[in-house]
Amino acid sequence: MPVYSEKVMDHFQHPRNVGEITDADGIGELGNPTCGDIMKIYIKVKDDKIEDVKFKTFGCGAAVATSSMVTELVKGKTLEEAEKISNAAVAEALDGLPPVKMHCSNLAADALHLAIEDYKSVKAGKGHIAKVETCDHEHEGLDELEHA
Amino acid sequence: MKTINFDHFAATKMRPEVKSAMEPFFIEEYGNAQSIHNLGDAPREALDKARVQAASLFNCASNEVIFTSSGSESNNLAIKGAAFARMAQGKHIIVSGIEHFSVLNAVKSLTKLGFEFTALPVDKDGFVNPDDVKNAMRKDTILVSITHASNEIGTIQNIKEISEIVHGFGSGAYMHTDANTSCGFIETDVKELGVDMLSAAPHRFYGPKGAGLFYLKKGTRIMPLIDGGVQEFGRRAGTENVAAIAGAGAACELAKNELNKRREYLLPIQKHIIDTVLSSIDEVYLNGSRTNRLPNNINFVIKYIEGESILMWLNNSGIMVASGSACTSKILKSSHVLTAIGVDAALAQGSLLISLGEDNTMEDARYFTEQLPPIVQKLREMSPLYEEAKSGK
Repeated sequence: MPVYSEKVMDHFQHPRNVGEITDADGIGELGNPTCGDIMKIYIKVKDDKIEDVKFKTFGCGAAVATSSMVTELVKGKTLEEAEKISNAAVAEALDGLPPVKMHCSNLAADALHLAIEDYKSVKAGKGHIAKVETCDHEHEGLDELEHA
Repeated sequence: MKTINFDHFAATKMRPEVKSAMEPFFIEEYGNAQSIHNLGDAPREALDKARVQAASLFNCASNEVIFTSSGSESNNLAIKGAAFARMAQGKHIIVSGIEHFSVLNAVKSLTKLGFEFTALPVDKDGFVNPDDVKNAMRKDTILVSITHASNEIGTIQNIKEISEIVHGFGSGAYMHTDANTSCGFIETDVKELGVDMLSAAPHRFYGPKGAGLFYLKKGTRIMPLIDGGVQEFGRRAGTENVAAIAGAGAACELAKNELNKRREYLLPIQKHIIDTVLSSIDEVYLNGSRTNRLPNNINFVIKYIEGESILMWLNNSGIMVASGSACTSKILKSSHVLTAIGVDAALAQGSLLISLGEDNTMEDARYFTEQLPPIVQKLREMSPLYEEAKSGK
């Protein structure tokens, strides 16, 4: 098992804000089951503030913990503040992630940003944005590692 | 909390008999087995004894047993050793697509030296079709290497029939089987299997890490990978790891005596886990053959959830398992074996690999089958894939 920090283990075992918001104002979905991670973040917005946030995640321990952490970080924050939170900041708030997990399983802030984008898109009358299928670690295949 | 090892393919607990066989060779009998003086006597006798013990398990002559450092080294010695020795006769090697990486990466390395290989497909249960072997054989085929039983899905191949095809073809190709997972749990009689080479890993069957076994049929030509002295009949130089080899020999003797007992003990535990999990959790599938399977292997895929998360929750309950998911593999790729048997890449993320051993009890199996369903439920409730499936999107 990867060496996870106590904070990661805490968020994995006791994830905060799990679930869905049925009347969400914005939904961001990111990932790809082939890679092993899908994150879906729901936000409820009032007066440009994130009044409520929930998530659903398919993925490893790091994926669950980063999703949980990002919801905790942005609850009650303004959209502007939430947009500034990066994947790196989420990892840092968890006392770091194993290097191998930094790319593939650390996308929770991106998913949150998509939820905000979705909210803005709907508000502007442009409808919902599409979910984003990403697999950015595909290049780290066996062939490169086996004879490194 | 009790620790339940359901990951015996990673490590088995050494048997006390094995440890006793090893103990004299750390301090008291520290001599070099190649020494002519008295210090070499006990180590040399220990090697001779271990060779006889291994030969008895393989049903071969003791001078057909070569000790290596690991099952991976044995596989490399078979593949590269035979390829280098026979490169004048041809450059084509046949393997299956579900081989262990110590076979697959060895043949991939050889392609850089001009060798070619064919990786045969397998059916949904993981079986190599002997006709595919026949069709893949070429005049320049020098070696065929097919795993005896898969280290992931436990499917036992028909090595005897494949060996007959290989030897009957007339290209002089050698037949090797990787028995690193099967040895110690099912018969590995090299005459019955008809192979020229076989690899085995004693640490998988209650022996020590640091010793590997390699059967090399008399008259089979290989080039050593480690050149040097006369150790191991000149096929594998380097001062022998006497303690590990003595332990490997003891593990072989135990395996020979206990093979039937082990199977009889493990089968009901395996059956209980498979039956209970399949009946108590929706959308769970068993990978590999139900009937022609190692008695100590179980491989499930659990839909909508990811393996590392399952593994971490089970670990929290004291149950140690493995997974073929991309996240649990250090190369971030899901299992090539599951891909080869047609398991969708997304589904392979929910893979759970259980390997049983003699320290597991029926009580452990019951504990596991009680612990698993709430973990699956908890993770599914968190999964956007499950949500989509349930809402029919």
